[in-house]
Parts: sequence; C-alpha cells; structure tokens
Amino acid sequence: MNDDAMHEIVQEFLVETNENLDQLDQDLVALESDPHSRELLGSVFRTIHTVKGTTGFLGFTRLESISHAAENLLSELRDGRLELDQARTDALLEVVDAIRGLLAVIERTGAEDERDLSALVATLERLQSDLPLDQERGRPEATRPEAAAPGRKLVVPPAPKAARRREGRADPAAPGSSPAPAPPADGAASAAPEASPAPGAPVGGPAAEGGEGHRSAAERSVRVDVDLLDSMMAQVGELVLARNQVSAHVEALGDQPLHQTVQRLSMIVSELQESVMKTRMQPVEQLWSKLPRVVRDLAAQFSKRVALEMEGGETELDRSLLEAVKDPLTHLVRNAIDHAIELPQQRLAAGKPETGTLLLRAYHEGGQVVLEVSDDGAGIDPAHIGAKAVERGLVTREQLSSMTEREVVDLIFKPGFSTARTVTNVSGRGVGMDVVRTNVERIGGAVDLSSAPGAGTTVRIKIPLTLAIIPALLVGCRGERYAIPQANLLEMVQLRAEAAESEIERIGGALVYRLRGKLLPLVRLDGLLGYRADVTTVAPEGVSIVVLQADGLLLGVVVDEVFGTEEIVVKPLGRHVKQVPLFAGATILGDGSVALILDVIGVASNAKVEELSESLSGQTVEDDAGGRGQRSTFVLLRVGHARRVAVPLQAVARLEEAPAGAVELAGAGHVMQYRGDLLPLVSLAQILPGEDPAEGADAQAAGGETARSVPVVVYSDGERQLGLVASEILDIVEGVFEVRTVGAAPGVLGSTVVHGHVTDVLDLNAASELAGKDAGRVA
Amino acid sequence: MQYCTFKVDHLLIGIEVWRVQEVIRNQPMTFVPLAPREVRGLINLRGQIVTAIDVRHRLGLPCPPDGSAPMNAVIRLDDEVVSLLVDEAGEVVEPSPESYEPVPSTASPQIRAMCTGTFKLEGSLLLVLDTDSVGRIAADPDGLAARRAS
Repeated sequence: MNDDAMHEIVQEFLVETNENLDQLDQDLVALESDPHSRELLGSVFRTIHTVKGTTGFLGFTRLESISHAAENLLSELRDGRLELDQARTDALLEVVDAIRGLLAVIERTGAEDERDLSALVATLERLQSDLPLDQERGRPEATRPEAAAPGRKLVVPPAPKAARRREGRADPAAPGSSPAPAPPADGAASAAPEASPAPGAPVGGPAAEGGEGHRSAAERSVRVDVDLLDSMMAQVGELVLARNQVSAHVEALGDQPLHQTVQRLSMIVSELQESVMKTRMQPVEQLWSKLPRVVRDLAAQFSKRVALEMEGGETELDRSLLEAVKDPLTHLVRNAIDHAIELPQQRLAAGKPETGTLLLRAYHEGGQVVLEVSDDGAGIDPAHIGAKAVERGLVTREQLSSMTEREVVDLIFKPGFSTARTVTNVSGRGVGMDVVRTNVERIGGAVDLSSAPGAGTTVRIKIPLTLAIIPALLVGCRGERYAIPQANLLEMVQLRAEAAESEIERIGGALVYRLRGKLLPLVRLDGLLGYRADVTTVAPEGVSIVVLQADGLLLGVVVDEVFGTEEIVVKPLGRHVKQVPLFAGATILGDGSVALILDVIGVASNAKVEELSESLSGQTVEDDAGGRGQRSTFVLLRVGHARRVAVPLQAVARLEEAPAGAVELAGAGHVMQYRGDLLPLVSLAQILPGEDPAEGADAQAAGGETARSVPVVVYSDGERQLGLVASEILDIVEGVFEVRTVGAAPGVLGSTVVHGHVTDVLDLNAASELAGKDAGRVA
Repeated sequence: MQYCTFKVDHLLIGIEVWRVQEVIRNQPMTFVPLAPREVRGLINLRGQIVTAIDVRHRLGLPCPPDGSAPMNAVIRLDDEVVSLLVDEAGEVVEPSPESYEPVPSTASPQIRAMCTGTFKLEGSLLLVLDTDSVGRIAADPDGLAARRAS
C-alpha cells in the first residue's frame, strides 16, 4: 500500500472516529441515568471495539491499548457482570478524552506521541477487578450479548507494532464469517481497507451500521466531500441567476411556446436548488451531540445539578450555519450552568426542584430556524445588570435611569460586559454575549433574550435556513437598485404625500414616523448613501418606508421606489468597494445588471439611530406633547453676555480658537483663513433671535475689548464647512436632555436645562440657511 | 515584453500582455455610492462582479466628454480581477528595450506615480502603466464619490 492510500485511510479513520467519540460521549452520559440499558452499552462497546480494531490495523499502539482496556471493562458491563457507576463512567469518559487527544496529535503529525497512558489503563483494569478476570472477551454483538463467543481474541495491552498490526487486521476480518446480524466489527473493516479507494465512495460508517433497524437508513447514504457540495451550491446559484435573466428576456419577447418552456425550466431549477440545498442540511442534533458531555462536566465542576432536555433535534439547518452557531450555542449553555442555574441548596430554598433544567429547543418559524436555550435558574436581575454596566462605564447613571427594564437587560450584549462575580475558567472573561450576538448577526441571524427574575432565562437565536441564495427586496434610490435581505425586513409602509406630511415628524433634525403608536426613527437612503438629501421635506408623490430590524433596533429607511422581491445570490465585492460598510455584497439581477446588497447592520450603525432609537423605544406618542429625553452630547457655548447655546457634538468637526486678527471681511460676511481655505463664519449673535447683532458682530470682528481670540465651532452642513462664532466655548456635556419646544424659534430647536441654566439647542440646518446659502461656498 | 496599448485622453498607455485578461466594449455600470473616487462602478463580467476603475482619474486627466463610452480592459491583479476604463484599445506592440526611458520628471505627479517608464515608439510615446499602483486603493481624504455624484 502506498503512502497516499495510507494517508487517505488515516484521514478517513480520523473523521469516523471523531464522529464516534461524540456518540460515545452522548451514550455514556445517557447511560448514567439508565445504567442497565443493553442497547446503549452495546452501542458504546461497538464503538470502542471499532476504534480498537482500526487502530490496531493502522499501527497506533497507544490508541489500541487504551481502547482495548476500555473494551474489556465494557464487555463486563454489557454482560451484566459489573454495574456502571460514577467511577466507571468517569474512567470511560477519560478514555474518550484520551482517544480524542491522541487523534488530534495524529491529525497534526501523522503519528502518536509518547504520552503515558498506563495510569488510565491501570485504572480501567482495577475497575473491572470486582470479579475474577476470566479473560473471556465476548464477541461484540448488540442483540444477543449472551451469545458471545469466548476467547476469540488474544489481544493483550501494549505489544510490538508489527504484531499488533497483524492482529488488528485479523480481527475485523473475522466477524465476516459470524452468523450474527451485522456484527459491529464490520465497521472496523469498512473503515479500514475497503473504504479507502476514493472519497465519495459509499461507506456505511461504523456509526451507521449495526444490528438495530433504526440505523439502517444511514446505509442508504453516501459520503460526499463538503467542497463538492459547496461548489454544487455555487453552480446552482449561477443557474438561478441565469434562469432569472432568461425569464426576464422571455417576458419581453412575448413568445408563448418559449414562455412555457422557460416556465418549466424555471420550475426545475427551483426544485434543483431546493434539493441541493437539502444536501447541505444537517439536523441540529449534530450540533447538540457534544452538549450532554459539556453539561455533565460543567455541572460537576460547579456542584450543580442540571438535567438537559432537547426538543426538535431533527430540525435541519445548512451545515455552514450549523458550524457558525456552534460556539455561540456552547457559550450560552456554559453561561446557563455557570451563572443562571443555582446551587441545589439555593434552589431548594427558593422552592424549586433540586435539579435545574436546561432546555434546548429547535424549530422553524417564519422561514427561519430558532434555536432556544432556556433554563429555570435565577433569571437576570436588571438592577444587578444596571449596576454592573455603570461600574464598567458602559452607561452613565443618568442614562440608566431613563432605560426600560428590557433595555437594561439588553446591556449584557454590550462589548466588555461580564457579570460573573468571580472570573471562572468557563465564562465570565468578558467576551460573552456580545460575541454571541456578533457571531449570530454575521450570518444574518438575531439573538434575543427574555428573563424573569427567579424563574429563568430564555435566549433565542434566529437564523436563516441558508445563506447561499437569499430572498431580497429590491428598492430604488437615485436611479440605482439596491437589494435588502428579507431576513432583516419587517414590513413596508407606503404613505401618500398628504399622509406623509402629517405623520412624519421631526425631532432634533431626525425624522420619525408613528408606526402603530410607536415612534419609528427614519433615515433617507439617499442621505445614507452620501447623496445630498434634504431630510426635512417629503416628496410630493409620497414616501416608501422599509422597516428593518438590526441589532435589536427598528429602523425605517425611506427609499425612492420599491420594486419587489427576487432570489439573489450574494457575490463578494472587490477590495475597493468592500471598504464601504454599507454594502454586504452585490448580486446580478434578472436583467443582468449589478445591484449592491445593503448591509442592514452597517446601515443601522451608519444611520446612528441607536441612541435615538433607544431613547424612543418604549415611549409612546403620548410623550410627544411634553417633549422628550434624548441621550446626546452637546458643545456648550456662551453667546453675548449670558445666553447659553448647545450644539450637537456629532455635527461638530473641530473647535478652534482663532486669533482675533484672523477674522476678515470678505464680500458681505466674515471669513477666516482655515487650513488653506476660507471658512465662512456665522455669528451666533447675529442669527439668534433676541441678540443684538451689532454688539455681537462688533465684539467678534474687532476682537472685543477683552478677547484676544475668537472661539469658532467648525461644522459641515454636508456641502461646505462653516464656522460658528460664539463668545465663549464653555463645556462639552453629555447626558439626557429634555428638549422643550418652549424656546423654539428660527435657528433654535428648543430649550433644555444644562447645569441648571436654560440653554438653547441650536438647529444647525436652520443656522446654515440663515447664514445664507451662498455665503462663502467653499470650492 | 509585449504590451497591449490603450488610448486614454491624449496618452498612449501600455499594459503587459499577460496582465490583460480581455478587452470588452462599454458595459452597463452600477454606481457605488461612498466608494473611493477612482471607482466608476461595478460591471457584470459573465456572472462575476468586477470593479471598474477610472484610469483617467488615476492619471489626473480630465473627465471624459459626456456621452463617451469607455472600454473595459479587464486585468488580473494579485487577488482579484478589475476593469480599467480606457478610451480605446490599440494594437499589441513589442518595443525594443533600447527605446526605454524613465518617466520624464516633468510629467504630472499622478502620471509618475502610476507609470513605470516610457518607450519611444515611432511617432508616439508609450507609457507603461503600473497596474498594481492603479489598482491600489487611493488615499482619498474626503473620499465620498457621492459628493461628486450629487
């Protein structure tokens, strides 16, 4: 046998054995609650036996000695001569870990390392010494263990490589002559020499074969290289695009017979797409298979009692997505055991059963798969979360006081948040829920959490079925079409002009719409995309609003046109375009043209709606009349003698102290030389109502009696930079400011109270306008 | 070394033959808001989405007259395929190495940054385009192509 063939066999062995080990973990944990199950013991025995046979054949002596010792113990257990107790389960699980460790080494280096396993082997031998070692090794056979043929093998622990190899080979070959129904050792045989020829060849893997009928389904399956599946998926994606294009052309031709043929073709393509997609589907069970072991170990580590329940494991999901949610899911399970489920005595004291329940559920909901992790533990105490968030500097006390309970609980998704009272090696390292959320959102999913203090917590992960081909809504903006993934789309709202006029309102330069009594922050897509957009007016033909959900926030995006939905294939962007955070990719539409796919998370963060939305959510329209609190940062200015004016910091480019002499007259207004350009200046004293313009202008232009320099707030109104001239820059303040419309006037949005002083909130748009549209337009 | 030649404004530029995957006529283009200025849009090249780069902009040349339909010189960079927008495609030439000279120091900074040298052909000068430089993302401080679009 040449090296290549050997390598291939080893690879196949690694894949299969790793699968088997997962099964072993599960079976052993299940056995603990049902120690007499012949079926489970048989399954465990067979798996270990298969590992032993194959390793012997491949010459991995350490693996063989350890699996051999385990097999001996198992055969006693299976035949009912020994009871499976905690110590034996532990030892067997240790065997699984040891095998796993060795496999990892083999995968890396191609050979075993020199680790010493004699202690474990000795433990295993001691654990079977409850009865005389009669050296009877039963033939592995699940259905009729009592029919075990004695003395078939003479394998003893470590032995020279060559001898092992021969024996190993003899072993799997032998049961072929056995009359028992499909003895498990066949698995070893098929895993080794016969399975070697080529990837993709039909192999009834050892986990798949066996005497029980329920495993026979797997015998009809074929092992396929994942890369092949991926490339098939990509090709089907191309086919769908080509189909869409053909359909679009035929539509235009109006040829009836051709039209029918294309319709048929289209149907076949859809079916093919579905079938190929199905080949990539795997049951969620696969993802869960490692968890019983995790739960058992963690529960033991924390001295907690946890029962794991699983529902809906047969729910299927694209394998790439399954892979992507693996870590988040494991993290949630760890969190639940570490933080949520209480110690047995605490549970009893709280009137709950001693054993906590961790429930994993998987189900379909609205074209998505929902994975739920719920526990009946302590729940999340908003007060505790809030205190922690303040302590970590994630929010200020003022911000916290204005948040709803739900928003407070949501803080655990903020980066840098970790509530573990002590840092354990399991969770509480500060890379917690935020990573869970990011990972899930990266694949187009969403995470939400609900908790009842004292009663438990439920975390829901919603993920799309597949990523390769996604339904998307096509919208128009400035003559281009953009695709919005439907997973992020909640609904569409179409408003006629007069309705839009009355129902879209402005709050501090932001647009909001009352969606069923709640305020929905709006952003204009053209504005987001960098086009100059007048955010304050409504198009005469009406307004189309696409309501999106991202990051737990609702956002209304105003688009020019809505075209309808299309199945799109996400294609990567080149490096020039990739750097624009608003786009997740591009796709080719039915007419062959390219459309950019909007990255909804990018859109939301770009729209900076978070703060607005947070302060709005939970507030109903009733608040509207009284004004509202809004978390924001302002630059505080003094204008004239005592007037205080606040300018939103986010609009400000720079704060400058210009030497008084730098302010010069140009045309009708004042300008200042600024970074090689002329910066038009707007005197706040001149534009604000109630100030004496002459006084302000004189004081500033001439440098005043006292001022050596002029404070200038440089800001951009989207097309040019302007400088606001104040008398003094007082402070930068952050907090929740209730802007009341009391003082509203041209150039002033309203008033608020900062540091105990009534302060005008400047309307920058109006300020620009008041300054004169053409005042010193900078080229 | 053989070069594919292209006309860009008044210049004749050359790209190594092996770099050029194909030359195709003007394609419908999708505008990319907020992209760097040199990105003119995206084209559909038989199902592959390719970024079209404005060579005129990279060379600091004036914008093409309205209604002109630039051609796409599709070239291979290290990790992706891009289209360079050129006015016209010319023939393939193999200039003699003796006719080579560095780019004159009087040429504009953009041309000197984007070209590796010149060949003195009969009746014209061939500027050898440094495709890696052309394909590199330009530092574009206020970077929003949309400003230009509005």
